[in-house]
Amino acid sequence: MLNVLLQRELKLAWRRPAELANPLVFFLLVVSLFPFAVSPEPADLAKIAPGVLWVAALFANMLTLELFYRGDFEDGSLEQLMLVSQSPALIALSKALAQWLLCGLPLLLLSPLLALTLALPVEAWPALMASLLLGTPVFCLIGSVGMSLTVGLRRGAILLALLVLPLLIPVLIFGASAVTSASQGLPYNGQLAFMGALLMFTLALAPAAAGAALKVSISS
Amino acid sequence: MAACTVPRLTQQESGMGTWTWFHKWGSPKWFYDISGRWMPWLFGLSALLFVYGLVQGLYISPPDYQQGHSVRIMYLHVPAAFLSMFIYVLMATASAVGYIWKMKFAPALAAAAAPIGACFTFLALFTGSVWGKPTWNTWWVWDARITSELILLFLYFGFMALRHAFDDIQTGDRAAGVLAMVGVINVPIIHFSVDWWYTLHQGATISRLSKPTIDSEMLIALLVMIVAHFLLFFGLLFRRARNEVLWRERQASWVRELVK
Repeated sequence: MLNVLLQRELKLAWRRPAELANPLVFFLLVVSLFPFAVSPEPADLAKIAPGVLWVAALFANMLTLELFYRGDFEDGSLEQLMLVSQSPALIALSKALAQWLLCGLPLLLLSPLLALTLALPVEAWPALMASLLLGTPVFCLIGSVGMSLTVGLRRGAILLALLVLPLLIPVLIFGASAVTSASQGLPYNGQLAFMGALLMFTLALAPAAAGAALKVSISS
Repeated sequence: MAACTVPRLTQQESGMGTWTWFHKWGSPKWFYDISGRWMPWLFGLSALLFVYGLVQGLYISPPDYQQGHSVRIMYLHVPAAFLSMFIYVLMATASAVGYIWKMKFAPALAAAAAPIGACFTFLALFTGSVWGKPTWNTWWVWDARITSELILLFLYFGFMALRHAFDDIQTGDRAAGVLAMVGVINVPIIHFSVDWWYTLHQGATISRLSKPTIDSEMLIALLVMIVAHFLLFFGLLFRRARNEVLWRERQASWVRELVK
């Protein structure tokens, strides 16, 4: 069931490649603004790089949430999916997975390139990739809860940010701190362990919450 | 449409005595009657305790040996911070009860509690900031507790904004209920990670003054003020919830009787 749903999401998203490229362009653009705004000095950039990369990845991820829900909600296929599938949690999970594969993973692959431009030490790259690997799925999962709650609303974008961003602060703290530690040559496996725990916890609970939220949104 | 659930509940109730209280609290009319009788007591007692607590806190209790008179803002700050967290849990519990058992009154209580909770959170942040200026010589520090409180304020805003975003009251209640349940699970995680983040990043540049055994005069004033704030909160909650109930039940016969 999950497989079928996932294939459907991937196929649909794949037909709109321009929209999939948007978050990557956004990621690139936001990160490239910081040297202008802060300072082009490599030392300064290296200091802010972990935070900038993480916040930019977070926003880029939030931008793509709509892509997986809005169309389905407006043409009624979300309602039909809810009718035929056994559980709405599976629908939410498939959307989160598809979002991660099409947005989280590309961001993850793009991140070393941007780390290079921000003069992040090479020793911190594995930490950056590993923390993004554990953190971006949490963005997608918690994002799916917020998006499921606001999909039926006309102006949901700001509300979505208000709902989701406070809940994502722990991921941001541990993710950015792992990269900072690594760039200072300190061990960062503790942060990664916490992020792994957060991921497991969210994976267990978020789809259920998102499923409940989808039911509410469909009923309105 | 909503009123049709009440008779069903009262029929079930006849067989199960222990659940009577549950169904009573589920009945908006029962709440409206009982809260009308409680409210004057809550406000009256709260006012008395406020007078006593303020006199005790502002005049009788001694100034702090380090902070001097600025410590007296504690008598507003601590109860407000305490309530800000208590109200979130209360709101989330009420939302969960409303979501799970479809108890009609619970979401009204949660809806009434949210703005009060946000106000107390803001008050805690504001008094904390005013207290921080003479003590730490700064209006704002990214201290773990302050940051958690700020995030709590955002969570309140999210709850209120989401509830109001839906045209239909019941849909808004259910959506906000899901959010409150997600939020209440996350509050400890956020608090814990923020604690961890603070201790990691900045050592003891500015640390909270460790409070040694508190003076008994101060303790009395603080406890009295906490109780006074609690009573005030419940008074305000009942007042807001009564209005909420009247608005929600405006089609019901007992509200029409009452308005006549």
